[in-house]
Amino acid sequence: MARRKVPHLICPAGSLPALKAAIDHGADAVYLGYRNDTNARNFAGLNFDHKAMVEGIRYAQSRHRQVLMAINTFAQPGRAADWQRAVDGAAALGVDAVILADVGLLDYASSHHPALRLHLSVQGSATSYEAVNFAHREFGVRRAVLPRVLTLAQVETVIRNTPVEIEVFGFGSLCVMNEGRCWLSSYATGESPNTVGACSPAKYVQWEKSPGQMTTRLNGILIDCFGDDEPAGYPTLCKGRFEVQGETYYALEEPTSLNVLEILPEIARIGVAAIKVEGRQRSPTYVAQVTRTLRAALDELASDDQRFQVRPAWLAELARLSEGSQVTLGAYNRPWR
Amino acid sequence: MSQGFSIPRFRLPSLVSAIGAHLPQWPHSLALATALNAATKLGLLPEDSLTLLEGRSFVVEVLDAGGQACFSYRGGLFRPLFSAPQAPDLCFRANLSAFLQLLARQEDPDTLFFNRELSIVGDTELGLVIKNMLDAVEWPQLPTLPIFRH
Repeated sequence: MARRKVPHLICPAGSLPALKAAIDHGADAVYLGYRNDTNARNFAGLNFDHKAMVEGIRYAQSRHRQVLMAINTFAQPGRAADWQRAVDGAAALGVDAVILADVGLLDYASSHHPALRLHLSVQGSATSYEAVNFAHREFGVRRAVLPRVLTLAQVETVIRNTPVEIEVFGFGSLCVMNEGRCWLSSYATGESPNTVGACSPAKYVQWEKSPGQMTTRLNGILIDCFGDDEPAGYPTLCKGRFEVQGETYYALEEPTSLNVLEILPEIARIGVAAIKVEGRQRSPTYVAQVTRTLRAALDELASDDQRFQVRPAWLAELARLSEGSQVTLGAYNRPWR
Repeated sequence: MSQGFSIPRFRLPSLVSAIGAHLPQWPHSLALATALNAATKLGLLPEDSLTLLEGRSFVVEVLDAGGQACFSYRGGLFRPLFSAPQAPDLCFRANLSAFLQLLARQEDPDTLFFNRELSIVGDTELGLVIKNMLDAVEWPQLPTLPIFRH
């Protein structure tokens, strides 16, 4: 029986051991970034210096896997050259594609490095086929990563109306999912993924432990209080519990992770080119666990899509790693839309 | 990641912490500081991350063992602290099994944190530096002992 074509598996690499874990456990491609604010996971001690980058690219490409470099923050006033240098560096290193969000940078990359394959980052916030086709027409973008706001039917509509490959998120921490357009971190701290490469930067976060509870503050703003047995999440405004009209609850989003295992056959059927795993900030252990699980699921789908069934062991493994210890189909499943 | 050999989640009997808390704590501090200095000397810990630790104090508390290790990093060396600092810059707290799972790269620190098995109090950014520094270490291959094989 012919093997069914399944989406590529794109896994996060925040360090060299994480990159190797992704490759060793079956990723088709890894995405990574420089150790600076040109990418949206600019965390202290994370990411690749030049030496690690060279070694990582060699490790992946010698095993016929791809390396995608995220340069997906927005060039800041007076510093456009830093972002242009990052693109020049990526081209010189021979990465398989760069993932860009800034329209100015897309223009720079397409005119200075016409052979460099361009992906539109989720931070570029293209949610319609018109937006995706614009990036294709103007800059020759070959793939677009869709923000996590669309239902599966809406993703299908985009795919049917564009020549651009479509990549969607398959697993990882969820936020309010309005990628590239979210102001919550800026509201609380004055800094955001688009500007400094980090949502709710760690220097603004304070965990306070007292008997029986833990409180989280972001730049002094009380985000949440957890009892000792309650699962915790990342300290972002969107995952805080707030008092709204006399009730205290997760007013914006619960701490949770996206998991598409259940709809994997549908994702393959509508022609999604790649699924992405969130989590460059997570450890090599997480990368190995998620990659291994999704690889097993995709391989099973490829060999027999009629009989594909989600195994309880896969679900259990992924739920354990999840923020707030729970998973969701997120926006993919909105029957009321 | 360690195939075929995994550390289970366990909790030491409460008697252990009751006794452990009454034992002198400085040997833990000395042992941990010595181990960290050895790792530095082997070039396992990246220098640009180490400079961010300069002058900071740390406490690692193993809850169910009733033990804690206190140390600081000054002038390129990890130094044991013989009494616990009043307000350390960073304090990690977990049970022994969680620390062992972290060291063996069997569990992800964020997973343990979400599940409330690991607590981090103090300078959050410093905590991130340490976490990412340890994640980036390429530990030398251990000799393949029969016990680690399938």
